[in-house]
Amino acid sequence: MKIILKIERFNPETDTESRFQEYTVEVAPTDRLLDALIIIKQFQDGTLGFRKSCAHGVCGSDAMRINGKDRLACKTLVQEVADADGAVVEIKPLGHLPVQRDLIVDQTEFFSKYRSIQPFLINDDPVPEKERRQSPEERMKFDDATNCILCASCYSACPIFDKNKNFLGPAALSQGYRFIADSRDKGFENRLPDLDSPDGVWACQNHFKCTEACPRGIKITKRINQTKKMIQDHRKGKGESINDGATD
Amino acid sequence: MKHEFECVIVGSGGAGLYSALETSACAKTAVLSKVYPVRSHTGAAQGGISAALGNREEDKPEWHAFDTVKGGDYLVDQQAAMIMAQDAVQAVYDLENRGLPFSRTTDGKIDQRRFGGHTKAFGKGPVRRACYAADRTGHMILQTLYQQCIKNKVTFFDEFQVVDVILDEKTCKGVIAIELATGQLHTFAAKSVLFATGGFGRIFKITSNAFANTGDGPAVLARKGIPLQDMEFFQFHPTGIKGLGILITEAVRGEGGILRNNAGDRFMEQYAPTLLDLAPRDMVSRAIMTEIAAGRGMRGDKKIDDYVNLDATHLAKGVLEAKLPDITEFCKTYLGIDPNETPIPVLPTAHYAMGGIPTDLDGRVVIDGKGTIIEGLYAAGECACVSVHGANRLGTNSLLDLVVFGRRAGIHIGEYVKHIDFPAIPADAAAEAQRWIDRLTDGKTGPHGGHMAEEMQTVMMENVGIYRNEADMALAVEAIRNLRDRYGDVRVQDFSKPFNTDLLELIELKNMLDLALITAASSLNRQESRGGHSRHDFPDRDDANWLKHTLATLDGNQVNLAYKPVDTSIWKPKPRAY
Repeated sequence: MKIILKIERFNPETDTESRFQEYTVEVAPTDRLLDALIIIKQFQDGTLGFRKSCAHGVCGSDAMRINGKDRLACKTLVQEVADADGAVVEIKPLGHLPVQRDLIVDQTEFFSKYRSIQPFLINDDPVPEKERRQSPEERMKFDDATNCILCASCYSACPIFDKNKNFLGPAALSQGYRFIADSRDKGFENRLPDLDSPDGVWACQNHFKCTEACPRGIKITKRINQTKKMIQDHRKGKGESINDGATD
Repeated sequence: MKHEFECVIVGSGGAGLYSALETSACAKTAVLSKVYPVRSHTGAAQGGISAALGNREEDKPEWHAFDTVKGGDYLVDQQAAMIMAQDAVQAVYDLENRGLPFSRTTDGKIDQRRFGGHTKAFGKGPVRRACYAADRTGHMILQTLYQQCIKNKVTFFDEFQVVDVILDEKTCKGVIAIELATGQLHTFAAKSVLFATGGFGRIFKITSNAFANTGDGPAVLARKGIPLQDMEFFQFHPTGIKGLGILITEAVRGEGGILRNNAGDRFMEQYAPTLLDLAPRDMVSRAIMTEIAAGRGMRGDKKIDDYVNLDATHLAKGVLEAKLPDITEFCKTYLGIDPNETPIPVLPTAHYAMGGIPTDLDGRVVIDGKGTIIEGLYAAGECACVSVHGANRLGTNSLLDLVVFGRRAGIHIGEYVKHIDFPAIPADAAAEAQRWIDRLTDGKTGPHGGHMAEEMQTVMMENVGIYRNEADMALAVEAIRNLRDRYGDVRVQDFSKPFNTDLLELIELKNMLDLALITAASSLNRQESRGGHSRHDFPDRDDANWLKHTLATLDGNQVNLAYKPVDTSIWKPKPRAY
């Protein structure tokens, strides 16, 4: 089938603002949308900029906004977004991050927020001779959060950033949960200042847009709410009030 | 722009990051990566990392080492395999202690499962040796190591593509890299350089490898006259999704999945009566192609793109969801099938380079059979050849190779840089790289690289694939030489500096063409069948003449071939049956 890709383009060297360009591509309905982009790049227009690597949804390189939804081009089949010959598929870069070139966005801020929640096991006990024991049930508590490929689809989909640019964001918070819910981790209090702040979990207002967008099926909103609950329990245990930073 | 580091690591997969953890503790270290580190292809590894922990049943590092040697069809250096198997146990515990969320046994230990070619008591039957985190073990290793690098404040240069290495006859002094965001060339002066750039499966048409797997490290070194070892041995994984090449982990068979032909027969009974579907990958891939050639593929038309079925429909309910969730989702996404109900259509897919940059046990690059090293030059991971995989790698040993030899190289570098001064870099160190880029971007019109890449991939797939012969390989050598000549005319369409991915792909194309030529020429010259190198015209292993490693040196459009002995100090080579 022939489809038309309407792609938002921007080259900082020559453009003052973005523009759309249309390409007609011959594809099969079961091809990946990434395949269509590669056909353009290889055989029609070498100047088109986009990231790609694993091409099967595990590296997180090719997140973009496809017909208004934030998703991976390699995990989107043509038939999911184009129903007939001549169908137009609109492709834009992810939102909430500065565009560097065409569909390539600058992820510096996204990763710096990820780093800020200390996404590594904190446990200063003496290193054991063998493994730290963990039951399958304890392991499953944070299982889906370990799926995160840091593709930033959730970061683009979350409406909170429209009002609060400093929000840590769904990916960083769910990765915070991945560690504080790990029975081997002892860094809850280390992460508390970032998680328990107006730009941390309390900025989330349960829009569920991140959960809908996540190509790895992580129940991100639920993990953020579980984190809120853990913070509340922790405060109650210490007889403190809850710093939810709510302003509205 | 100029930088100075005690250690520069090129590549941010498992080997690069593990080395960085070691070197950054004692030396000023920079990690250069063409992708954001968490995008590296280590993250696509699915099934497991082997270590004789004995958490499920008795196991010993000696058995693991023996399996590795036999699996590699005796082209493995045996002391290296023994060290890897011994270091494996502590390496896995170390990953767990650093936070890796392994799947667990009911008593809270790291769970282990069966994998191809891994046996108990020197071949008596399958053993549960593969430690795993569902079917995203590589993802968890990559994440854990990146997280540890964050904790240890390792310096990263994300999206920097290495284009040249600064080398004199005896010493490595740094690298030249292009910053993708700006198009600017950077010179990194360094006391030591570790290449950990991964594989180059993209030289083949159907591959499980990422687009980034273009062999940049080996190619940059090959152009400086560093020989590459055993490049004829390329692994085709038996179970790629038909047509796409996306990997379906061997763990499906480890959990009980069965390969079936169009009669519904479990055909591996004919090829490996003891290990059946868990025979090593080279044997299973050949069995599939033999079934297809005999008209027993699912279509039965004997064409090379016919396929067989991987049947997991009989597995206990919940096994796929709990232990193989990602491959279940791949099947649903790309095939529209549920593997609980429908067998998976599979075909071998180009997967792993056993060959690469020759190194010793500490990752130092060794350029001949006499043990001559280049000071300060290291390699680890898939781009390196220690050699622990010989002629065919066992499943799970790649992740193990990364952590064991990434760590050993990192430790050695940490010691090495203490005793030397920063190198003096010639003022024109970046001139050669600059000339290359200038030529590609000089504004002249020339052929675009897209068609050439496709031609190369097809030539390699059809002529240097699972079954090989003299005429096909000779044709491939000529075709690749021709493409390398045509590369002289190739030009970009994109003349911008920021994120010029057009230029990036032409640089990668050059790297792949160089490695394709070395692979084809090394293959053509080896007149025997061993492991992943299987010839119709020389169907038997020939230890008398060919129990030796290839060292291939690129010289213009020629590949000069030399050989060096294999370490067989522990086990005498025997016929390989399973």
